[in-house]
Amino acid sequence: MSEQTIDSGSDSGSDGGSSSISSSDNGTAPSRRSLLGWGGAGLALGAAAAGGAAVAVTRGEETVPAAASGAAVPFHGAHQAGIATAVQDRLHFASFDVKTTDRAELVQLLKDWTRAAERMTAGHAVGEGAFGGLAEAPPDDTGEALGLKPSRLTLTIGFGPSLFAKGRFGLEGRRPAALVDLPKFPGDNLDPARSGGDLCVQACADDPQVAVHAIRNLARIGFGKVAVRWSQLGFGKTSSTTPDAQTPRNMMGFKDGTRNVSGTDTAALDKHVWVAGKDGPAWLSGGSYLVARRIRMNIETWDRTSLKEQEDIFGRDKGEGAAVGKAKERDEPFLPAMLPTAHVRLAHPDTNGGAKMLRRGYSFTDGTDGLGRLDAGLFFLAYQRDIGKGFVPVQRSLAASDVLNEYIQHVGSALFAVPPGVRDKDDWWGRALLS
Amino acid sequence: MRPVRLSVVTAAATVAALTAVTGCTEKSEAKGDDAGVQVTAKDDSCEVSKKEFPAGHIQLDIENKGSKVTEVYILFPDDRIVSELENIGPGMKRRLTAEVKAGSYEIACKPGMKGDGIRQKVTATGDGKIAKRSPEMDAAVAAYRKYVQEQADETLPKAKVFADAVKDGHLEAAKEAYADSRIGWERTEPVAESFGDIDPKVDLREDGLEKGQKWTGWHRLEKALWQDKKAGEEEGHFADILIKDLTVWQKKVGTAEISPTSMANGAKELLDEVATGKVTGEEERYSHTDLVDFKANVEGAQKSFELLKPVASKNDPKLVAELDKQFAALNTLLDKYRKDTSSYEFTSYDKVGKAERKELSDAVNALAEPLSKLAAAVVK
Repeated sequence: MSEQTIDSGSDSGSDGGSSSISSSDNGTAPSRRSLLGWGGAGLALGAAAAGGAAVAVTRGEETVPAAASGAAVPFHGAHQAGIATAVQDRLHFASFDVKTTDRAELVQLLKDWTRAAERMTAGHAVGEGAFGGLAEAPPDDTGEALGLKPSRLTLTIGFGPSLFAKGRFGLEGRRPAALVDLPKFPGDNLDPARSGGDLCVQACADDPQVAVHAIRNLARIGFGKVAVRWSQLGFGKTSSTTPDAQTPRNMMGFKDGTRNVSGTDTAALDKHVWVAGKDGPAWLSGGSYLVARRIRMNIETWDRTSLKEQEDIFGRDKGEGAAVGKAKERDEPFLPAMLPTAHVRLAHPDTNGGAKMLRRGYSFTDGTDGLGRLDAGLFFLAYQRDIGKGFVPVQRSLAASDVLNEYIQHVGSALFAVPPGVRDKDDWWGRALLS
Repeated sequence: MRPVRLSVVTAAATVAALTAVTGCTEKSEAKGDDAGVQVTAKDDSCEVSKKEFPAGHIQLDIENKGSKVTEVYILFPDDRIVSELENIGPGMKRRLTAEVKAGSYEIACKPGMKGDGIRQKVTATGDGKIAKRSPEMDAAVAAYRKYVQEQADETLPKAKVFADAVKDGHLEAAKEAYADSRIGWERTEPVAESFGDIDPKVDLREDGLEKGQKWTGWHRLEKALWQDKKAGEEEGHFADILIKDLTVWQKKVGTAEISPTSMANGAKELLDEVATGKVTGEEERYSHTDLVDFKANVEGAQKSFELLKPVASKNDPKLVAELDKQFAALNTLLDKYRKDTSSYEFTSYDKVGKAERKELSDAVNALAEPLSKLAAAVVK
């Protein structure tokens, strides 16, 4: 996978997360300036820092790692939480088909989902809870998150192009021009059963049970109105939005996402991630676009590849993560020193007209395929202000030349317009679009 | 055949048990009241603290002092299940409650959860104070009882057509009659399953067999007809056994314990059956007639719902409207696979593609989720 494919967002919860979470600032971390200079978003690989480990919550005198704090990330804000928010450890991403044809019913569902999301992200059970209600009725909440901390759960919704189709909900006139159908890239082997969808919900949390609980309960609330089309579990964030800690490694053993957009860098977020009022439909102002790609890795053949070749393919060394000819991971890479087909070189913003995305992808391992091979890889998630400047050109360049393509294959793909944040208790996901 | 046996009767009793546990905690914690019966289960014994108690709500306080996981049943004299509690581990204390009329019963402990269990005869005495039901509810129960009996009555002749074809060695005719012979059973399966011994005899799939258990019933013949392409002497023998077992069902079914909540839960269970067995194509893996069973399950669930509607509409009109809508949607979808709306000739399930199965599964979830709230709407 490409670096770009992998990286994730920056760490701080910009909108939601920041208030309860502050990045620790220690002397060893590179300055944000140097990171940005690097080219930020486009590259996943060498990522700057690590998410969870570095992010900390200050509680009185002591500072504890955010993941261990179990804190809640505020749900309300100008932007949805789960984008600039420091990347959590676990993911459950679900894509839904809308089954109802009744617009009012869709609106009601989005309201019901919003209220449930408010409760779950705060660490509360859905509705009247998992027990204590009428004995004859199934409980509102499924109960498996009882007693668990909020675990920095964020729930982020997106709207797929198909929702805007003519004759469905009267939204065809409100479809953003940038919500394109992604072109077919060379080498894509997309499974329709793992692609697309009218709605998506990204659930990120430090506890996998909390993330799964959230998607399960939203699916349950949605039965009859929506149906799960496909979903993906992820672990081990492959990039971070917090440029001040260890860079996580992908399933190929390489550090990934070194130069991701930092979630605390409001200037970079405004430039590369948040849709501005002038960009397109007013309802999306303050939102973003999300590209999701399931990228399968040929793990076994990769593991039989010599160290030199592995390092040449990425353009970085395996131990430190330094670019070719450099000593440290965060040293500025000298692109001409790399093979012309090296992953880092091709994915670098300098090669792509400065294109950057905020990546917050995760590794996945869905057991083994029928041939005894690990069904593993990268679930790439990237947020950007403009698909045409972000994902599309970078992926085009990677798909055409990246030597890493011998070891990866894109098998699922989806694109969503991600609306701005829910402002308060009266607001709901998609209000500006649907009311 | 459902993987886990939870009969209508059991479902009703479970509801009762939950109500008791949640509603009467204080009372029962104070001290064992008169309704309480202590059951001490061991590997080789099943002791009860009293063998006679007043009819009405009874409560068994069970303690497993044995070394094996056990289960405890309250049974009618003919082995029908009044109520049961499974998976009681060694050292565990659990409570089982039920509503019983005056009469004779047996309490059975099954160490290792196998066999007939160790039994104790007990008696419920007096007039029993069973909660008064509204006339509407009584009418719903009576109508449903009638429906259940009709289904059994109509099934038997159809099953005989099927059995005769098998016995005559008419392979194609037998195949033709197979699915049709199962419709009445599938419509009322939760009630049929309340007679614990009949379901495993007539509707068991091969992978549900326990060690040493003899495989009989519809699916035994399904495999012979479709996979082995045989309708010989052995199959004729199994056809006779099927008719014999179905005759027992027809005779017993009218005596089933039925309550409004058990009807509502039975409807939900029928949809659960569709979700776990039919949508996957596991039920009719040789004949691929799953959609016939599917339709019959939905019809049976809809019958319960229609009968409970007068009560449910008062308590939760929104739920009733949603159920009306979802039943209609699922039936419309099923009609796509049907020759015409008067026939039970459905598309062979092996011809139903992955995307279409997903669509059916989504429609089942859309109906089953609100249907799971029907029991609450009935008792509210």
